Amino acid sequence: MLSFLARRLGLLIPTFLGVTLLTFALIRLIPGDPVEVMMGERRLDPQMHAEAMQRLGLDRPLHEQYLSYLGQLAQGDLGQSLRTRESVWSEFASLFPATVELAFAALLLAGVLGLLAGTLAALKRGSLLDHGTMGLALTGYSMPIFWWALILIMFFSVELGWTPVSGRLDLLYDVEPVTGFMLIDTLLSEEQGAFLDALRHLILPAIVLGTIPLAVIARMTRSAMLEVLREDYIRAARARGLSPARLVFVHALRNALVPVLTVFGLQIGSLLSGAVLTETLFSWPGIGKWLIEAIGARDYPVVQNGILLIAALVILVSFVVDILYGLANPRIRHRQ
Amino acid sequence: MNTPLPLTAEPAWPSPLREFCQAFARNRGALAALLFLALLVACALLAPWLAPFDPAAQHRDFLLTPPAWLEGGQARFLLGTDELGRDLLSRLIFGARLSLLIGLASVALSLLPGVLLGLCAGFFPRLLGPAIMRLMDIMLALPALLLAVAVVAVLGPGLLNTVLAIAIVSLPAYVRLTRAAVLGEIHRDYVTAARLAGAGRLRLMFVAVLPNCLAPLIVQATLGFSAAILDAAALGFLGLGVQPPTPEWGTMLASARDYIERAWWVVSLPGLAILTSVLAINLLGDGLRDALDPKLKNLA
Amino acid sequence: MSLLEIDNLSVRYGPADAPPVVDGLDLRLEAGEVLAIVGESGSGKSQAMLALLGLIDPPGRVAADRLQFAGHDLLALGERQRRRLLGKELAMVFQDPLAALDPSYRVGFQLEEVLRQHLGLRGREARRRALELLEQVEIPAAASRLDAYPHQLSGGMAQRVAIALAIAAEPLLLIADEPTTALDVTIQAQILELLLNLQRERGMALLLISHDLAVVAECASRVCVMYAGQAVEVGALPGLFDAPAHPYTEALLAALPEAGTARRPLRGLPGSVPGRHDRPVGCLLAPRCAYVQDDCRARRPPLEAKRQSQARCYHPRNQESP
Repeated sequence: MLSFLARRLGLLIPTFLGVTLLTFALIRLIPGDPVEVMMGERRLDPQMHAEAMQRLGLDRPLHEQYLSYLGQLAQGDLGQSLRTRESVWSEFASLFPATVELAFAALLLAGVLGLLAGTLAALKRGSLLDHGTMGLALTGYSMPIFWWALILIMFFSVELGWTPVSGRLDLLYDVEPVTGFMLIDTLLSEEQGAFLDALRHLILPAIVLGTIPLAVIARMTRSAMLEVLREDYIRAARARGLSPARLVFVHALRNALVPVLTVFGLQIGSLLSGAVLTETLFSWPGIGKWLIEAIGARDYPVVQNGILLIAALVILVSFVVDILYGLANPRIRHRQ
Repeated sequence: MNTPLPLTAEPAWPSPLREFCQAFARNRGALAALLFLALLVACALLAPWLAPFDPAAQHRDFLLTPPAWLEGGQARFLLGTDELGRDLLSRLIFGARLSLLIGLASVALSLLPGVLLGLCAGFFPRLLGPAIMRLMDIMLALPALLLAVAVVAVLGPGLLNTVLAIAIVSLPAYVRLTRAAVLGEIHRDYVTAARLAGAGRLRLMFVAVLPNCLAPLIVQATLGFSAAILDAAALGFLGLGVQPPTPEWGTMLASARDYIERAWWVVSLPGLAILTSVLAINLLGDGLRDALDPKLKNLA
Repeated sequence: MSLLEIDNLSVRYGPADAPPVVDGLDLRLEAGEVLAIVGESGSGKSQAMLALLGLIDPPGRVAADRLQFAGHDLLALGERQRRRLLGKELAMVFQDPLAALDPSYRVGFQLEEVLRQHLGLRGREARRRALELLEQVEIPAAASRLDAYPHQLSGGMAQRVAIALAIAAEPLLLIADEPTTALDVTIQAQILELLLNLQRERGMALLLISHDLAVVAECASRVCVMYAGQAVEVGALPGLFDAPAHPYTEALLAALPEAGTARRPLRGLPGSVPGRHDRPVGCLLAPRCAYVQDDCRARRPPLEAKRQSQARCYHPRNQESP
C-alpha cells in the first residue's frame, strides 16, 4: 500500500510543476504591457513603470522570472488582489469553504440518488422504470445547467417563493463564521431558524450543481451493475442461497462501485466547472464566482494563482480518488 | 450456445456497414435524434429563408411580446420578442447556425491534432509519448470551463476565440483515447504482420492502426460536439463567448436573466433549444456507441 | 424414493421454435451416489444443473414434469424456500474458481456469510467453523488464508475455497460443474481426490459434470452421456464403458488416448453438433453417425434398455454377449 501511495505521489509533482508553468505563461501571454497587466493601471509614469518593472522582476530573463515565481509559491506567497489589496491566499481560504459546502451537498445528492437510480434501473432492466430513469439521466447529462438554474429559480423562487434566490444566508441572521461551512456554523450559533435558512439557500444550487454528476453516476452505476450481475461470483452466491438484498447490496454493488468511483473522481473537474456557473447564478460567495469576477475586473494576480490553486485542488482530489479506488479494489492495492 | 456452422447452408454474413445500420435502426431513440438533428441542420442552412425577420431587427413597439398563443401575443412573432423587440424565433433559428458551426469547428480543430498527438504518443513510447501525456495531464488538471475561461481571458472574447478555447479544452480526451486505442492495437498480430511485411511507421500508423481505432473516436467526436455546444453556451452566458447582439443561444440567455419574473419565454426558449440539441446529439452518440461497439451493445 | 428425480426437464432460450438447450432430460440419483454427466461443451450439462438450482434467468425458460429433491418439489418451491435449500442441502461448485469467488471480500468473510445464512453461526463460532472448513479442504496455513482475497489464491487453492463454501452447510448433494477444467493438470487429481474423500466421509451424493472420461471412469458409479441437450446413454460403470451401446459414447471412448496404445491414431467424430438451423428430425447424431440407417433419420429414438445401459439408438453397438 505504501509503495502504491509513493508511486502516485511521484506522478503528482511533474503535473503540478507543469501547471505552474502554465499559470506563469498565462500572464505573459496576455497582450499588452506586463507591468500594466500586473498593476492593473494604464499609463503609469515612466519612472513608476521602471520601478514596478524592477520590483516585479519583469526586467530579468524569463527563466529567472519563472524560478522566482516558483520560489514565491514555495514560500506560500500567492500575490495580492489588485482590487482588494488582500492576499490571494487569504481570499481563497475565506471563500473556499463555501464552494466545498456546495460541492459536497451536490455530490451527496448525486451519489445517493445516482447509485439508487442506477441500481434500480439495472435490476429492472428493460422495464418502463429502466427506460424512464435512463431517459431522465441522459436529459440531465445534456443539461445546460445555467439554464436549469434559471428555470428552477423561476419556478421555486419566483412562482412558489419557497427558496431564496441568492447568497448563503438571510441578512436577518448574524452567524459567527467558525468553520466556514454555513450549515455547521448556523447549528453552532444561537440564532433560531438560521440552520433551516441556510439549508433553504443551499438546496437549489446543490440540485443545479448535482444534476450532471447525478446523471453520470446513474448511467455508470447501471452499466457497471449489469456487468457485475452477469459475473460468475454472483451466480455462485445465488447458488449459496443468499438473499436478493445481500446479493445486490453486499456483493453486486460493492463490485460495481469500483468503476463508479473512478467516474465519481473524474467528475471533480467538471464539478468545479459547474461551480463556476452555479456560484455566478446564485451569487454564492465561493471560488468560482471569485474567479469569474476577477477575470471580468482584469485582476490578474487573482486569476493566475486562483487557477493554480484550483488545479492543485483537482490534482489532489484525483490523488485521493485514486487511493479510494485502491481501497475499494483489493486487486489494485496488491498489484506490485 | 455453441453452434458451429453447417457446411451445406452457408449463411451470408451481413456486411459491417449493413450490420451497423441495422443495429442503429433498432435504436428508436437514436433514430428520432437523427431526424431532429437533420431538422436542425436544415434550419441552420436555410436560416435566412426560414426566419421570418432579421435576427437583429428591433421592433420597438413590441418589447417582450409573449408567444403568439398567449394573451397579448402577436401572430407575426410566433415565439414572442425579447427585451429589444427582436423576434425570438428568428434569433433561435440563426442561433442554431452558430451553435452547429461552433460545435463542428471546435470538434474539427481538436480531433485532428488530438488524433495526431495520440498516434505519436502511442508510437513513440520512450520520450515523445510520456511528454505528450504529461502535457495532457496538466490540461486535465484544470476544469474544462475554467481552462476555456482562462484561454478567453488571454485571447479576449469572441466567436473565433470561443472555438479555439473549446478546441484546446477538448484536446486531451482525443489524445488519451487515440493513444489507448493504439496501445491496444499495436501488439495485435495484424500489426506485427504488417511490420514484418515491411510497412513503414507512417503506413502502420495511418493505414494499419488508425482505422481500427475509429469506432471510439467517432463516439467521442459526437460527445465532443454536444459538449462544445454546451461550453460555448456557457461561455456566452458568462459574457466571455460570442458577444451580443449576435444571436447565440447562451448569450441570449445571459441578457434574458433580468426578465425572469416578467417574460418566461425569453428565458425558457433559448435554453430549451440548447437542451434539445445537446440531448439529440447525445442520444445519437449513445446509438453510435451501441452500434459500433459490440461489447457494449448488450449493456446499454 | 431417490434423492433426486428429474423427469422431462427442458431449458429453452429465444423464440418458441428454437431447439431446447436441454431436451427432455430424465435423471435419478440415490443418496450418497456418485453420478457423472459427460458431454462436450454446449451439450446442456451445465444448463440442466442451473435449471435444477433455479438459476436460469429470463429469457431462459425451464419446464419439467417433475423436479424432486430430498422430498421437496423444486417446481413448486417459493423463492424464499428455494433459498433455504440452496447452499444448504443442494450446493454447487463452478468451473472457474477465481471467477466464482467475490473479488472484493476476504475468504473468511465469504465463508462466514454462508455459515450465518444457513446455520445461524456468528462471530467467533463462525470464524472457528470457517477455519475448520478450510482445514477440511486441506488448505495449508488455513488460518492465514481466512484473511486472503481471492486474487491472492492460486487456481487450485481457490477451488478448495469454493468447495469449502459449498460443503459449509453439509449438503446432501454436491454438484461439481467441471471442477478441474480451469486448473493445472497436476492440481486436477488433487481436487478430484478431495471431492471424492469429502463425498465418502460425509455420505453426500456427488454429481460430477465432466468431459474427461478417464476421470469419470475412476470416480463415478453411474454415468449419463449428453449430446445436443439430450441424454443419449445412461448406465452403471464400468459396464457402460466396457460395452457402450450408443455410437456417440463409443466415439467419445475411441477419442480417448490410452496408455500403452500410443501408436493408435485417435479417432474423432466427423462434423459438429447440430445448431439451431440444422437440428435433425430423427436421431440427433444421425448426420455424424457411421452406422446411420433410414429409420434413424425418420424418427428420434427413445431412451431404451440395452445390454449394459439405457440408450437412444435403434442400432446399438456392442450388444453381443462376450
